[in-house]
Amino acid sequence: MAFPQPKPQPPQLPQHLLRTIDCQQGAVRAVRFNVDGNYLLSCGSDKSLKLWSVGRGTLLKTYSGHGYEVLDADGSYDNSQLCSCSSDKTVILWDVATGQVTRKLRGHAGKVNCVQFNEEGLVILSGSIDGTVRCWDTRSRRNEPIQVLDEARDSISSLKVAQHELLTGSVDGRVRRYDLRMGQLHVDFISSPITCVCFSQDGQCTLSSSLDSTVRLLDKSTGEMLGE
Amino acid sequence: MKDGWTPSTFVSSRQQKADKHHARPEDFMDEEDFSEHGIAPREITTSQEFSSSRRDEAAEKARAVSAQAALIPGDTLLEELIAPARLSIGIELLRKMGWKEGQGIGPRVKRKPRRQLKEGPSKVYSCSVPPTGSEESEDEDGEFAPQNVTFAPKDVTPVDFTPRLGVQGLGYRGLDPGLALLGRAADEHIDLFRPQSETRSRLFGDRQSSSRRGGVAGQAFGVGALEEEDEDVYHRDSMSRYDTILGEEEPGDGLYGWTAPQQYTKKRDRSKDALYLGKILEGFTLAQKPLEEKTIFPPPTLPRDYRPVHYFRPQVDVTRLSGVSSALAEALKTSRGHMVKEEPQPVGRHQLDSGQRRALLGEDALKGPSSVMDLLRPEDRQRLLSFRNSSAQKSCTADTSRAPPPGPALPPSGLQQQQEALAAWKGSSSSQSFKPFENNPSKQARYEVYLSQLRLGDGDALEQSLDPTMTEWERSREREEFVRSSILYRPSSSSLSSRFTRAKHQEDEDTVEVSQDQEGDVDDKQAAVKMKMFGKLTRETFEWHPDRLLCKRFNVPDPYPGSGLVGLPKVKRDKFSVFNFLTVPESREMAAPPKPLEPGKRSRWDVSEQNKEKKNEDPLSELLSDARNQTEPKAPGLSSSTCNSDLTSGNKSEAEVDKKAKNDEEVEEEEKEERPPMDLFKAIFAGSSDEKSSSSSEGESDGEEGEKDAKEDEGKMDTEPIKLFAISSSSVATSSSVVTPSLHTEAAVSSQKSTQDAEEFGPKLPPPSAAVDRGGATSTYPPEEDERTSRKSKEKKHKNKKLKHKKEKKKKKHKKHKHKGKQQLKSKKEESGSSSEDSKEDEEDVQVSTDELLRRLKSIRTPQMW
Repeated sequence: MAFPQPKPQPPQLPQHLLRTIDCQQGAVRAVRFNVDGNYLLSCGSDKSLKLWSVGRGTLLKTYSGHGYEVLDADGSYDNSQLCSCSSDKTVILWDVATGQVTRKLRGHAGKVNCVQFNEEGLVILSGSIDGTVRCWDTRSRRNEPIQVLDEARDSISSLKVAQHELLTGSVDGRVRRYDLRMGQLHVDFISSPITCVCFSQDGQCTLSSSLDSTVRLLDKSTGEMLGE
Repeated sequence: MKDGWTPSTFVSSRQQKADKHHARPEDFMDEEDFSEHGIAPREITTSQEFSSSRRDEAAEKARAVSAQAALIPGDTLLEELIAPARLSIGIELLRKMGWKEGQGIGPRVKRKPRRQLKEGPSKVYSCSVPPTGSEESEDEDGEFAPQNVTFAPKDVTPVDFTPRLGVQGLGYRGLDPGLALLGRAADEHIDLFRPQSETRSRLFGDRQSSSRRGGVAGQAFGVGALEEEDEDVYHRDSMSRYDTILGEEEPGDGLYGWTAPQQYTKKRDRSKDALYLGKILEGFTLAQKPLEEKTIFPPPTLPRDYRPVHYFRPQVDVTRLSGVSSALAEALKTSRGHMVKEEPQPVGRHQLDSGQRRALLGEDALKGPSSVMDLLRPEDRQRLLSFRNSSAQKSCTADTSRAPPPGPALPPSGLQQQQEALAAWKGSSSSQSFKPFENNPSKQARYEVYLSQLRLGDGDALEQSLDPTMTEWERSREREEFVRSSILYRPSSSSLSSRFTRAKHQEDEDTVEVSQDQEGDVDDKQAAVKMKMFGKLTRETFEWHPDRLLCKRFNVPDPYPGSGLVGLPKVKRDKFSVFNFLTVPESREMAAPPKPLEPGKRSRWDVSEQNKEKKNEDPLSELLSDARNQTEPKAPGLSSSTCNSDLTSGNKSEAEVDKKAKNDEEVEEEEKEERPPMDLFKAIFAGSSDEKSSSSSEGESDGEEGEKDAKEDEGKMDTEPIKLFAISSSSVATSSSVVTPSLHTEAAVSSQKSTQDAEEFGPKLPPPSAAVDRGGATSTYPPEEDERTSRKSKEKKHKNKKLKHKKEKKKKKHKKHKHKGKQQLKSKKEESGSSSEDSKEDEEDVQVSTDELLRRLKSIRTPQMW
């Protein structure tokens, strides 16, 4: 090809509203896409979890079984399972098709703020207001978590799992990154309580938002701030 | 409803050959057949097993009659013999209890000697011929029975209560076909109680008594043509055939009938009742005590003028009676306790807060720090105060809180209360919701004025709020009430704040599972964040051990294969230990607990507040950090000196000394001025137990603890210094030299030891000579020895325990606060006892190589021999 490729457009932030869904479940505590982005999970304060089709905007299923408002949810990579966490201190593993509760995981001492599957959907990680992250095995019938990460001194507000890394943001103003492969824990101190943490797309950086109304982009390996 | 029998559809039984299907007769029966009147009624009946041995009498009789009529008379006998023995449950039970067929039921009895005496010589049979011979023979056996042999009671043939069906009179016997056919002696004793007796005896065929004679016989029937004898044609009744005396039947002979014999009616004795049981079933015992008889008390007699309606006595409200003299009111008050408005109006049980309920119940207040100020060291407090005074904004509040308000009539306790109220309300912005004086609007208004002034921090709020027109007495009353209610109904935030402590690894935990690499000083980081110097300053990296299963699930190789650890590796380290302080210079700052003024105390979510307060606080924290810097360099010297003073004073349990001798500077300083409160010690020792046992064993702390509990058993404190120094590394040795001059000679020895041991790394053992020194005090070692044997096995369990412990730790944190309060109550003695227990537990978990164990054992054993 003689012609040079046209210069790729820089990615643009989405600016137009595609669809509005009235969830009718009170305050919506969290909305989560599934893995491929075709489905949507909405966590309502009316104790229900709803599954929506993004393309059509229709309600596919309602999952009810929580005892209090649902705070976060996640879908497994194969769309076969859902997990959700609630103020009722439980994490529930759902079967997507039947809408039945597969497992109800109790153990947190307070409401569970965030929950996520790991990449293979074998472990559910849940962060709670009690300052712990609990790693639940979806395979075994054990009711105890595999491991409890209780390094945080305050509520865990956010949690993200990458391949072998777990990123947690806590109200004690620290972003913790657990590296399973290296067996290390990196703690970045960001003074202000963390509200949300995220990995960057390339997995090189972490993004963390905090209550001092800033979002910080930190280099994952060194902890240096790249942007604010 | 199906009609009749329908054949079941064909089902291939090829597969079901294994489980053959048997057609039962029921399968071919109609449904009607199972109904009540069908062929095979299905109803619930007593199964034969449980039915009483008295079977259907009619059937039995019929059978017996037919047997009699049969050609071979004893025909059924054979049948009964052959028939499988099927006993009812009742009989089986009786057999288990030692009953034998033919015996009566009841306690074994002795033959009456009276009877033997009476009947033995005379041997005259009474007129009444017993119906069966068997009983008689038994009686005869009884004659020769020795005194101390008991016999089972005779079998009681039950009385048959068959209703009289005929219209004839009593004792009338009509024509008896059996008698007519078989022929029988009619002369027989008439037993009123057993009308059937003769039929029965006839059925059982005692034919020996009479000659067979046929023909019809009976009353009201003449002599038949075939009869030769005409005796007894007309029935003549003779009195001899009746019993003339009642109750003369011998109680022993078992014919109790239904008039219970005297023996049972008269002396009904509980023990006899128990004897009645005979042999007792296996697994059961007789109750030693007879059951308590329920005493039933008669209800109290009601007074004559009692009306079952409650009416309230009109209460005298002293406050309202303005005309009443104060003396009278006072008298009234004392006479009725706190009649007047202590609880200004009946409050619903659920509206009371815990403090009010406590007051109502008369319990003690929880002993927690009531304010942040209490947590501070005195001199810090002073500094804070002075700082506050100098700062212009709110100096007045601090001043007035100290200065006695000019309230004239208040007793000192009232003054104190007033201040308490002030402390509680000051600064609280909550709009007061509870209105204690609602029924008295003006008073309530005055109270609210008082409260609002309290909130402003006004010391003499009370005086200002009171109505000057009131009498002196009224005012003093109201003053008291206001103060009290303001304390009672103080805003919940203040009462709550006194009950909460800070999270996790803060200063309130006295022994900390220090992470191997601790998170560094927050202040530095804070500064770094402020300067936006993220990176090295804010980044900390720890060794973290993921669970093996977790690695597997994440499809990641275990980074630390073979390590049993999970989570952050922990070091068992006393927070106040010399080693923290001296050997690891960079960990010193961490060992020093953060000051309570750190922003952690507030909820971290409310940022706006935080920002506001930051301005106020920043100089404060600087001040504090300054203070810390000043005190730090001095600390080692301080610690050792205080250590000395403690040791020489000798009045403290050695466990305390042990802890205290270690280095936390703050505690040391506090000690200099005053003994720290008991709960501090409590917290130390309670905390140390779990925390230590959980964590993995690190060399130095192990050695230390191994020794520790060896000694804590002794309960002697003069050995303490040895322990401290014997295990120390070289750096400690230098510090020990500072101490030695003031110590006893033992210390000198120990310091030598420490230098000897300086080369040795890893878990230090108690040097033999140290052990010998200790030996003087050793008297109680047995618990130790027990542990020695079990220690090895425990080591295996160690890993499991650790896991478990994590959870325990969690729980503990929640409980901690409560814990402290409780422990305060305990005496010091208990404390030392518990600490030694704790340390024992520690030892179980200590991981030491077997060689070292052996060596240690030797060193311990020697003093024992010695």
